[in-house]
Amino acid sequence: MDHDRYADTYIAGILADARTIAMVGASAVTNRPSYFAMKYLLGKGYEVIPVNPNLAGDEIQHRHVYPKLAAVPGPVDIVDIFRHSAAAAEVVREAVALKDKLGIKVIWMQLGVRNAAAAAEAEAAGLKVVMNRCAKIEYGRLSGEIGWAGVNVGILSSRRPLLSGRGVQDHVIAGKP
Amino acid sequence: MSIDKPADREPGFSTLAIHAGAAPDPSTGARVTPVYQTTSYVFNNVDHAAALFNLEVFGNIYSRIGNPTQAVLEQRVAALEGGTAALAVASGHAAQAVVFQTLMQPGDEFVAGRQLYGGSVNQFNHAFKTFDWKVVWADSTKPETFLEAISPKTKAIFCESIANPGGIVVDLPAISAVAKQAGVPLIVDNTLATPYLCRPKDFGADIVVHSLTKFMGGHGNSIGGAIVDCGSYDWLSAKKNYPALQDPNPSYNGIRMAETFGNFAFALAARVLGLRDLGPAISPFNAFLILTGIETLPLRMAKHCENALAVASHLAGHPRVAWVNYAGLPSNPYHALANKICPRGAGSVFTFGLKGGYEAGVQLVSNVQLISHLANIGDVRSLIIHPASTTHRQLTDEQRAAAGAGDDVVRLSVGLEDVDDIVADLDQALAAR
Repeated sequence: MDHDRYADTYIAGILADARTIAMVGASAVTNRPSYFAMKYLLGKGYEVIPVNPNLAGDEIQHRHVYPKLAAVPGPVDIVDIFRHSAAAAEVVREAVALKDKLGIKVIWMQLGVRNAAAAAEAEAAGLKVVMNRCAKIEYGRLSGEIGWAGVNVGILSSRRPLLSGRGVQDHVIAGKP
Repeated sequence: MSIDKPADREPGFSTLAIHAGAAPDPSTGARVTPVYQTTSYVFNNVDHAAALFNLEVFGNIYSRIGNPTQAVLEQRVAALEGGTAALAVASGHAAQAVVFQTLMQPGDEFVAGRQLYGGSVNQFNHAFKTFDWKVVWADSTKPETFLEAISPKTKAIFCESIANPGGIVVDLPAISAVAKQAGVPLIVDNTLATPYLCRPKDFGADIVVHSLTKFMGGHGNSIGGAIVDCGSYDWLSAKKNYPALQDPNPSYNGIRMAETFGNFAFALAARVLGLRDLGPAISPFNAFLILTGIETLPLRMAKHCENALAVASHLAGHPRVAWVNYAGLPSNPYHALANKICPRGAGSVFTFGLKGGYEAGVQLVSNVQLISHLANIGDVRSLIIHPASTTHRQLTDEQRAAAGAGDDVVRLSVGLEDVDDIVADLDQALAAR
C-alpha cells in the first residue's frame, strides 16, 4: 500500500464506516491541534475517546480520559495517534493486541507522524493504516467544508454537498450516521 | 493540519477552470455558484460561534474575512495554480499589501526585480516605506543581482513571471535558486501569464499573487486580487522570523498558524490576520464575475496569444515602428526563455517603440478608433497606453527607462477581436497625423 498518496475513496470509506475514535495523545490544552481535531470530530457525530496517561481520570471536552488503550471499555473503530513517530510503534503494538477485544479496524497516524514498520505490523494484522494525515482536515476536505477557507480540496463534483441537518454550515460525508 | 493532493487522477486545466471549487449549492441545487451578497452568517448557537471564531471549525463568519462566492473563486485559483489554498482580496495591490504585511516586520527588507508594473514600483517605494518595509531593487533580467541584494534583513524575493510592461520573461528557476539559498520565500506576480501560460509553483515559487482584474476575470468589469499559497515553504523549520506564522497568536488563543494549518498556513494567516485586520475584502459580485471569466480562461488565453503574435509580427515590419518587444517573436532575446517558462504563448501584453518618440506615442493613442486608450490590460477588448504619459509618469526618467517605459514606448494589450481589425486600427492610427 502506498502511504504517500491515498485515494479519496480509501479515506472516505474509513471515515464513513467509523463511529468511535480513540485519540491517543489527546491534549486538554485548547490551542493544540489534537484539541481542534477532537472538537471537530465530536461535532461530526463521532464518539471520541481521549487516551493520555498524564490526564487519566480527567475529562477533555466532557469525555473521560483513559490512561491507555487497554483501559478503554470499547468498542473502538479507529486508533488516532497524536504521538511522535517513534512512539507510534508502541501504540500500534497495543492496538494489534486489542484489535479483537475492541473491534479496532484502523490505525490512523496524525499529520507529521509516520512509522513504516508499525504500519506494516498493523497491516499484517489485518488493520487499515493511514499515516501523516489529519482526520479533521480529511473530513473537511471530503465534505467540502474546508473549501470555505479557500483550501484546494482537490475534488471536483457535480453532486450537491450533503448537509447534516444539525444546523447551518455543517456538511457531512456520505455514509455518516 | 495540512492538505495533500489526492491519489485520484488529476483533471485537466480546462476542467479545473470550470469546476474547481464549485459544487452545486447544497440547499437549492443552483448549479452556478450563487452571489452570496451578505455581510454575515447566523450561528447555530454560542458554542458554534465560539468554535468559528477560534478557527476550530470551518465556516463563514463575516464577509470581510470570507464569503462563499469568494471561497469558490479562491479554490478555483488555487487549483489552477497547483497551490494548497488561496485568498481572494479587493485588488492585486491589496494582495501584495496583505502578503507583505503577513511576512514583514518594521525594518525588514525584501528584494524585488525592478521590471514591474508601475503601480507596484510606487507601492513598494512609497507606501511600504511608511510601514518601514524596505524594497531593495534587483534586475529581473540578471538573476545574480538578486543574490547581491540579499541581506540578513531580507524576508522575501518578489518578481513577475512575464514582466509588465516590458515584455520580459523572467528566469524563475534561477531566481528561485537564490530564494532557496537565502532561505526566504519567492513571491511571483503571475498576472500577465495566468496559470494557463505559466505555473510559477512548477519553477519554485512559494507564493503567487494575481491581479484578477486582468486576464483571469478577462472582461474588464471587476477589480480583484488573489494570493496563492503553494504550500512549499516550511515556516516551522525556517531560519528567518515570520511571527505571524511561527509565534503563538494572541488574537487566536495562542495557536501557531504554521503548526495548526501546515502547508496552507500562509493563506490562512493572510486571511485571518492580514485580511481581517487590514480589511481589503473582495465584493461577492466581483468574485462572481471573475469566476465566470475564469471558466473561459484557457480559450481566451490561447486566442490572446495567437492575436498578439500576429499583431507583434505586423508591427515588427511597420515603417514607423523602431522595435517590438514581444517574447513570442523568434527574434526576441527572451524567446528561448519564454519557450521554457510559458511554452503555450508569451501572453498578449507587449511594448513597441515608435521612431517618432514621445510625440508619436501621444499621437498613436489619440488616433485609435477600435482599440481603447486606457490604463488596464487583459481585457477581451484591445487596449493601448503610452506609459510615459500615464501609468509611469510619476516615475523618474531613469526609473521609467529601467521599467521598460521610456518616452517612445507604447504598450498594447491585444484583445479577442478579429485580428485583421486590430491591425487595421493600428495602421490607420500610425498613418494619421
